Amino acid sequence: MQQPTNSSRRKFLGLAGGAAALGALPVVIIRPAEATPAMLAAAIQNVTGGAAVRTGKVKLEIPPLVENGNTVPMTVTVAHPMAPEDHVRSIHVFNEKNPQPNIANFHLGPHNGRAQVSTRIRLADSQKIVAIAKLSDGSFWSASVDVVVTLAACTEEVI
Amino acid sequence: MASALINVPAKAKRGDIIEIKTLMSHIMETGYRHTASGEIVPRNIITSFTCRFNGNEIFRTDLFPAISANPFITFFTTATESGKFEFEWIGDRGFSETASASISVE
Repeated sequence: MQQPTNSSRRKFLGLAGGAAALGALPVVIIRPAEATPAMLAAAIQNVTGGAAVRTGKVKLEIPPLVENGNTVPMTVTVAHPMAPEDHVRSIHVFNEKNPQPNIANFHLGPHNGRAQVSTRIRLADSQKIVAIAKLSDGSFWSASVDVVVTLAACTEEVI
Repeated sequence: MASALINVPAKAKRGDIIEIKTLMSHIMETGYRHTASGEIVPRNIITSFTCRFNGNEIFRTDLFPAISANPFITFFTTATESGKFEFEWIGDRGFSETASASISVE
């Protein structure tokens, strides 16, 4: 009488352990598609064509702690003159962990007077945001900011 | 119904750098969300925003799903002459909206 009770308890523990081990694995697999650092690097490569990107000139303003990832205010300013012979041509913003690495491309010219743009973006996770400015002389400058997101965008279901 | 909000100063001095703020109502559906039954909601976003002044392009943005619903975009321009700003939003499913604003420069 004792024997079957023991064996079923052992079976139960074995199953429970197995379920726990299996449970740990899908956490990695079920994660939604996200841009990996490799995709981020590829997206940057697409813009720069392999040219060197220097840190500086660009100022990326974004709250370091974000409560709602669905609307995150962002401002990019490039400290560079906007003269016809020497200006900022474009500003590109990228992320690391959204499903796509691109956020936006802004195309500017000398008539803008000031190289500053603002918008509101979505962030699916705590991650690094990178802004790259292309100048008229062909050089690239960048800034990056780490952002912590408490409520991620894109996760809610549509009813 | 799509509608735009534009903020352009009515007057400016020649040479002033002015800020232009724009907001277009749009769902900006990312294409990464699912319904309760598991189907993917197809992407429906604005892909391009352009601003022209007296017919010449002065600012353009490529938008991606990472831009929030009701895209809000601000930028600057130098006031050189009186004229008309024309704004154009183009997106998925044939979305196309325009708006305009005038400025008088002294």
